Amino acid sequence: MTLVESSNSVRHQSSSSSQPELPAIEARNLVKTYRGGVRALDGLSFRVEAGTIFGLLGPNGAGKSTTVKILTTLSRPDSGEAQVAGLDVLRDSERVRHAIGCIGQKSGVDSEATGRENLMLQGRIYGLRGTELKRRITELLERFGLDQAADRVTRTYSGGMQRRLDVAMGLVHHPSVLFMDEPTTGLDPEARADMWKEIARLAHEEGITILLTTHYLEEADRLAQRLAIVDRGRVVAEGSPEELKSELRGDTIHMELAQAEDASKAHSVLSQLEELRELVIDTRMLYARADRGATTVPLALAALESAGVKVASVTVARPSLDDVYLRYAGRSFREADQGGSQ
Amino acid sequence: MRTLAHSFYMTLRHFRNLMRQPLYIAFTLVQPIIWLVLFGQLFKKVVLLPGFGASAYVDFLTPGVVIMTVLFGAGWSGMGIIRDLDLGVMDRFLVSPASRVALIAGRLIQLALIAVIQSVLIVVLGMILGARFPGGVRGVGLLIVCAVLLAVPIGALSSAMALVARKEETVIAASNFILLPLTFLSSVFMAGNLMPGWIQAVARFNPVEWAVIAGRSALSAHISWPLVATRIGFLVALTIVTAGLATRAFRIYQRSV
Repeated sequence: MTLVESSNSVRHQSSSSSQPELPAIEARNLVKTYRGGVRALDGLSFRVEAGTIFGLLGPNGAGKSTTVKILTTLSRPDSGEAQVAGLDVLRDSERVRHAIGCIGQKSGVDSEATGRENLMLQGRIYGLRGTELKRRITELLERFGLDQAADRVTRTYSGGMQRRLDVAMGLVHHPSVLFMDEPTTGLDPEARADMWKEIARLAHEEGITILLTTHYLEEADRLAQRLAIVDRGRVVAEGSPEELKSELRGDTIHMELAQAEDASKAHSVLSQLEELRELVIDTRMLYARADRGATTVPLALAALESAGVKVASVTVARPSLDDVYLRYAGRSFREADQGGSQ
Repeated sequence: MRTLAHSFYMTLRHFRNLMRQPLYIAFTLVQPIIWLVLFGQLFKKVVLLPGFGASAYVDFLTPGVVIMTVLFGAGWSGMGIIRDLDLGVMDRFLVSPASRVALIAGRLIQLALIAVIQSVLIVVLGMILGARFPGGVRGVGLLIVCAVLLAVPIGALSSAMALVARKEETVIAASNFILLPLTFLSSVFMAGNLMPGWIQAVARFNPVEWAVIAGRSALSAHISWPLVATRIGFLVALTIVTAGLATRAFRIYQRSV
């Protein structure tokens, strides 16, 4: 036990002392309404244990970014409260700012300055000086593969390089809690895979608590130890990706109807089949669950055929987070994402 | 202490970024030359109007162009804030312990320094074109003080507006809407006593007018100390008020994100 603890970073030790561990992040009943009456957050609550990666998963406009803005002291909630690193974000915002690192959805890199200059300014804002700052910057530039490009104006950086500089800037002052708002949006697959590796390393080797928002189900599934599914400003489900998926017994069946007009007829036919559960209809897509998909599909197809409903395609799969989302939010993820207001 | 240090870092940042845009610097230097030469030729004969009160138009125009140049430079400074908002740079600063005052002060210090450099260059250019300033070095020094005291509040207002409006188009429209009228509702180009009565009345409340008449008086053979002192006083008061507004604008911005 002592051995494990001493391998953690110094900062992390303070939070893993003998007292019952405080969550690194706790949000309680956050409500935020923007001018024009758009309710971005509608009583959102969750907590994140220290040293873990927590994912906020949801479509565009679900309230993920608003949550991050409140927790990072950029914005204020209408009501509710939140603590980050044991500090109240409203009453103690100045100290919260010292404890956190933020990688926003927008880059935050000054495009007219070089990579090194961006890091220098960032470090100085946090009170780092002289050789300590220089050493930290060299270390970060090397670690993020930016040492060759360090003295180039960042306007010339590729998207992946800029993102890596973003992360380096967020880490310059050794934060104990890191917020990453859609860190891989707009990255190519290779850069995304690199970023995933780096995020995992930060949490597992440096003991940094990471709150990550994403609308990539795969990203949440792969990185987050726990995640909260956010829809319309509320947490609709919370747990580890495995827990969430295992709540859905059996297989998932997706059926695409040839004609959208048949949807309600198909629904009434299929709801008579005992083998099918949790039937959801979304324009011409039908989603259902079954204990044994392989034997249920022929039954369903036969029933639809005798009712005169044509089916364009059928897939049977193990439940994914997409299905979890569908179950809790009552609509498919892609649909919600496109309907989002961001 | 932190505010001072942060202001210094922010000023450094703005200057460094400016130095990377040689074309922009070239244009800001050429612009006043064009104004001085163009308006100098265009309005050359206005000094013949009875009661104009200056013997050569270039004597009269040079302080006017100093003030106008500084006004326009400062009036567009909100665009830099818009750029920082769009890039996400501003949000990054706001979630860091960066001093809010420094975020504005860095820009205003840069504006003030640019105003000094521009004023000196335009005065020298005016003298090359034949202008004579009996007020001497002290007069030029006071003109520069007036220019700086105009640049800072206008820059602060422009920054405040950028933070509240957050849209490039709005800032462009508002700047266009405000800057030219401010210039023409003052004695930048035309002697005050020859302006229509209503313009004279409006001009009394125009900070551009305060700066230009105080600067001109300082450059003249017989400086009017009460006039210079009161106008500089007004400009200082305006600077304090607008700097306060600009810092408060962060709160309005943060409430809307």
